[in-house]
Amino acid sequence: MSRKIFSRRLDKIFKILGISFMVFSLLVLLVLLIDVFLDGKSRLTWGFLTSFPSRKPQQAGILSAWVGSVWIMITTAIFALPLGIGAGIYLEEYARKNRLTKFIEINIANLAGVPSIIYGLLGLGLFVRYLNLDRSVLAGGLTLALLVLPIIILSTQQALRAIPFSIREASYAVGATKWQTVRHQLLPAALGNIMTGVILAMSRAIGETAPLITIGALTYIAFLPQSPIIFLKNFPFVRFSLKGMFDPFTVLPIQIFNWVSRPQKGFFTNAAAGIIVLLCLTLIMNISAILLRHHYQGKIRW
Amino acid sequence: MLLKRKPILKLKELFIERLLFLFSFLSVFTTLGIIIILLFESFEFFKEVSILKFLTDTQWTPLFINKHFGILPLLCGTFLTTLIAICVALPVGLVSAVYLSEYASLKLRAIVKPIMEILAAIPTVVYGYFALLFVTPLLKKIIPSLSGFNALSSGIVMGIMIIPLISSLSEDAMRSVPMSLREGAYAVGSNRLQVSFRVVFPGALSGIISSIVLAISRAIGETMIVAIAAGQQPKLTLNPFVPIETITAYIVQVSLGDTPYGTLEYRTIFACGMTLFVITFILNTFSFKLKRHFLEAYE
Repeated sequence: MSRKIFSRRLDKIFKILGISFMVFSLLVLLVLLIDVFLDGKSRLTWGFLTSFPSRKPQQAGILSAWVGSVWIMITTAIFALPLGIGAGIYLEEYARKNRLTKFIEINIANLAGVPSIIYGLLGLGLFVRYLNLDRSVLAGGLTLALLVLPIIILSTQQALRAIPFSIREASYAVGATKWQTVRHQLLPAALGNIMTGVILAMSRAIGETAPLITIGALTYIAFLPQSPIIFLKNFPFVRFSLKGMFDPFTVLPIQIFNWVSRPQKGFFTNAAAGIIVLLCLTLIMNISAILLRHHYQGKIRW
Repeated sequence: MLLKRKPILKLKELFIERLLFLFSFLSVFTTLGIIIILLFESFEFFKEVSILKFLTDTQWTPLFINKHFGILPLLCGTFLTTLIAICVALPVGLVSAVYLSEYASLKLRAIVKPIMEILAAIPTVVYGYFALLFVTPLLKKIIPSLSGFNALSSGIVMGIMIIPLISSLSEDAMRSVPMSLREGAYAVGSNRLQVSFRVVFPGALSGIISSIVLAISRAIGETMIVAIAAGQQPKLTLNPFVPIETITAYIVQVSLGDTPYGTLEYRTIFACGMTLFVITFILNTFSFKLKRHFLEAYE
């Protein structure tokens, strides 16, 4: 009888332990957010977003950093989206279940576990040196595209797998080809889940620091890549140019890292303010991904 | 009309299939690219420094005049921070996983899981800031002899970072243990704790170990936290209170410096990268095999 009471008590103790450990995790998250917010809120002004970095902490801003981050995100998306979604479609819909397919899938699972700094070394050797792209936006974007590809491929595969086979059979039955089935039936149905994966992949890319440092992205930069839209003299007319892709860049996390690693206290405040901006972007992306997934989970009933 | 269009349609279908195949094969090229670049540059490095020296010398001073190229101090730093991280993440992650899988109501799970996901999504540079400017000053109040840069606070923060990885993957493993096993144990009079630890936990063990191995691999490859908060002094020590340097932090240090490309000093980062790649590859493969083994067991 006493053993039974003992084990019941143990059960209760474990329940309390479980709750307290989870509260601990949430508390850490909360403390982190509050700490950073209190440290950085005094520097969070309009001027902070529109100034270049400076040697004086009070005048330094994140203009080149966030513009660089936007450039890198767009470049990464241009390459990673079609390649990742395309590869996912192939593996799920076209590939025969043979050794080659299995090899490719194991390979993708392995790539998902390679440390990000190794991708930096790959980018340094392949894009910066071998392809001579130098420390450009293009080299950085390509490096991050390779880094997030496994995430996009895996989420595309999962999204397609969730679609019942009957949809495909119905499409074939009315005479559609394989690609027509993919293009008009499967992709629209899987879009919500694929977008969730894409947003998560991009939120990973916006926070990546190590691979971009490794390819040699600059830490102090006081100019912007050439704007993609150039206003001509006859005003409403514009010219588009992607020359900015070949310009050097810095990104938000690198700017934060640069400020954190300086001895002066003033720069710590700047780093905290930069982190608030970065966290806002990451949190918005993640929360919208969670909401999107929730929305699609409830909506589609096969 | 239909007959005329068919060959073109077929050609288009074939073209799309080939193109999509190329996209998926790109991942193989990525792996090959990583291996070729690391091998090529490391080969140049090992022409000048013998592998034996690299693996046994106890000093790492490639940027000094008196050069030593022993990876051991960097490996030691990596090992130390990883060990601290696992000591934090293992109890918290596993208890959370058991709780979420066996105790928590659906409602609580629906709240906690997204928050864990957000914890996992925070950029590592933010964790680095947190380690250097929040955890280290806090720990200094308890341990006055603690250096400004140390393995302890970066290890602890790294542990917090990998909690979601362990808890969510272990929970997935535990949830895939068949309900009939639990019902059998309840039928002979076990309570929830006994079911959790005598039935579900052992049943999901290989899946749980797989998640832990993956977390270790993530901790070994983690860069920004240690680059910011652990210091830049490669030392062969297990003392968590002093500055150390990990493999990843060293690669960042050289990348930020002005070491010219193509020199021996510069090639050290590829030799370090190779070491890192080999270690994480072995761990990832092991984790992957365990997970597959586990999934097959309940099919």
